[in-house]
Amino acid sequence: MISRRELLASGAAASVATGASLPALAANAPGVTATEIRIGQTMPYSGPASAYGIIGRTEVAYFKMLNEKGGINGRKIKLMSLDDGYSPPKAVEDIRRLVEQEKVAFIFQSLGTPSNAAIMKYLNNAKIPQLFVATGAAIFSDPKKFPWTMGFNPNYQAEAAIYAKHILANHPKAKIGVLYQNDDFGQDYLVGLKSVLTGDKAGMITKTVSYEVSEPTVDSQIVTLQGAGVDVMLFAATPKFGAQAVHKSFALGFKGVRYLSNVSAAFPILKAAGLDAAKGLLTAAYVKDTSDPALAKDPGYMEWAAFCNKYMDKNAIVDGNAAYGYAAAQTMAHVLKQCGNDLSRANILKQAQSLKDFTCATLLPGITLNTSPTNYSPIRALQIQDFDGAHWKSAGELIHS
Amino acid sequence: MSVPAGIKPDIARLPRRMPGRAPAFAAALIIGLLLAFSASGYHLFQYAQVLIYMIALIGLNLLTGFNGSISLGHGAFFAIGGYGAAILMAHLSVPWWLTLPIMAGLCFIAGFGFGMPALRLEGLYLALATFALAITMPGILNYKRFDAFTGGTSGLQVDKPKVPLHLPINQDQFLFLCCLAAALVMLFIAQNLVSGRVGRAMVALRDHPVAAQTMGINSAMVKATCFGIAALYAGVAGALDAALVGFVAPDSYSVFLSLSLLVGMVVGGLGSLWGMLAGAIFIEFVPNLADSFSDMFGESAKALPWAVYGVFLIAILLLAPHGIAGALRRLVTSVRDMMAKASSRPATELPAISVGNQPAEPNHRTTQGS
Repeated sequence: MISRRELLASGAAASVATGASLPALAANAPGVTATEIRIGQTMPYSGPASAYGIIGRTEVAYFKMLNEKGGINGRKIKLMSLDDGYSPPKAVEDIRRLVEQEKVAFIFQSLGTPSNAAIMKYLNNAKIPQLFVATGAAIFSDPKKFPWTMGFNPNYQAEAAIYAKHILANHPKAKIGVLYQNDDFGQDYLVGLKSVLTGDKAGMITKTVSYEVSEPTVDSQIVTLQGAGVDVMLFAATPKFGAQAVHKSFALGFKGVRYLSNVSAAFPILKAAGLDAAKGLLTAAYVKDTSDPALAKDPGYMEWAAFCNKYMDKNAIVDGNAAYGYAAAQTMAHVLKQCGNDLSRANILKQAQSLKDFTCATLLPGITLNTSPTNYSPIRALQIQDFDGAHWKSAGELIHS
Repeated sequence: MSVPAGIKPDIARLPRRMPGRAPAFAAALIIGLLLAFSASGYHLFQYAQVLIYMIALIGLNLLTGFNGSISLGHGAFFAIGGYGAAILMAHLSVPWWLTLPIMAGLCFIAGFGFGMPALRLEGLYLALATFALAITMPGILNYKRFDAFTGGTSGLQVDKPKVPLHLPINQDQFLFLCCLAAALVMLFIAQNLVSGRVGRAMVALRDHPVAAQTMGINSAMVKATCFGIAALYAGVAGALDAALVGFVAPDSYSVFLSLSLLVGMVVGGLGSLWGMLAGAIFIEFVPNLADSFSDMFGESAKALPWAVYGVFLIAILLLAPHGIAGALRRLVTSVRDMMAKASSRPATELPAISVGNQPAEPNHRTTQGS
């Protein structure tokens, strides 16, 4: 039984934390006992997106570390991470198992646009929080339509808008050429660019060329951009094509400024393109480049490296996906801490909506997470970085989308 | 021949009328009803998936087990059924049950149309052509110009069917019972088909194309029809699946689906229609089993499930080379033989072999390759 005093105290604490009126205290969510909070997720440990599986492994390891330190408010966190093979029907089956059999309190960081889209309706109907989904699609940050679903990654439109602002600030007379992948991902970049480059600026985009994922190379598209006489190139491309575009534009002797979408900016991809060819590239980032030895004295990096050495395999230290998973798990742990003793689903959602300038060890300095009942995109500012031939270096201030 | 001899099913029992049909169907119905009112919603969802896979496998088995053509692209027709049903439901507000006959018809036409030219290819060449179909399908579903209909990579949400007429059952029970009814009807049709004239023509073309054509069987027409029927089954399964899952996306129908169906058919047993239930159970449950097995190796072993899956698959194919249905048949036959031996001992010279109407070993008739 909760005593009257406890009730008033936790209610007051919650209202202080959120600045909202006194919340009605509901019963704790399923999966919550005096000693445990059980949460679930699906991850593509197998299948075409299995490279992302390390995100789930990092998160499981993070909660293991927390549990060894005593858990959160006296409760251990049990994260059940199931393999969905990047298949939406499998994700639906897994989520039903997690909710109906394993009785998890909520879903955390399920990965992939199609998998999350497949489970979104079910979870919202049942009023189960689907927190910090691991995808950049804008549909998961729409509190009006899906109040129980919250995003984590900055979305692609926001990233493109940041490139457009950077171009306006640094190259106001630029003639921009865009290479984009002809699907939701690439189209989102075009939408984001055009949302900033409006009116008399709309003419700055002088040439757009697209490619299909089935094409072997994008060489001819780059030749077309070069031939159009542009002085800024923007590659809204996935890793393989991003590497090709970087390589080809270098080989053609392109002298202007090149922006590369963040998903393609990982070190191994640039290595494939040729580190010389990648020199001078710009991207918008939010996760630290943990392969950079300059970070050695950074407290966040030291925390991360110590975690990897004890709970992960050593190679994970330089893996951007692992660093990303660490940040998401840290955010989740913070939300659960804020929940105090009221672990109802409503309060978990409420605390997720109440992030205020939260920072993570593996996110770039200055990147803060903020949410509200009307803002379901925690990361809204990005850091422009340029590639010095070996590592990404931050350049200038954060840019807000 | 269009199929390597190694995967040839047991021909001797195919065109035979099945005497024990009514009891088997009644038993299936009773077990299904018992499950519907005892299992949890999550398990009913899984069982409904099994029945959907079973429908698709029956179609594939008609094509491969009975007609001898290999298809590695059955997932593509599953996808057409799923997307077609989802588009009809989401954009045109067609009631979900009506999508089943519509997608059956559409997939038959698609299968027949694809089969006409493709079936001129034999054996492995046909397998590769259908494989290409499976590989291109997600790309087609992703195609930008179709986005208004297909929803692109993010897929298409569908409202799951509601329980009609205020029946005192929940949505999971209703959907499971619908899948059960569909599976039994489709099984019944398939059994009738293979025991009739068309079925005999299909088998004849598989075993002796030259002789069959001499007998007046129109090879191209029968083969393409068979391909169309196989696609029809996949289409019905896909449409049911879209209603059950309530969501379709290109990633729902990757190449892996086609390969899973092929695995399920071989595991279940080529040429056995009831065996497809075993194959469907394999497809649905063995990956989960493999996942929990590999979890025993600790959290870092998340890459293992498919290795464990492979071990399961190899074990089954070694222990039951003619699929689970073949193994059961062998078991039944050897038990009967033993009983026959025991009862025939007083009558000294009677050969035990005459008892039991099935041969102890699958009868691989030797066929001349063509």
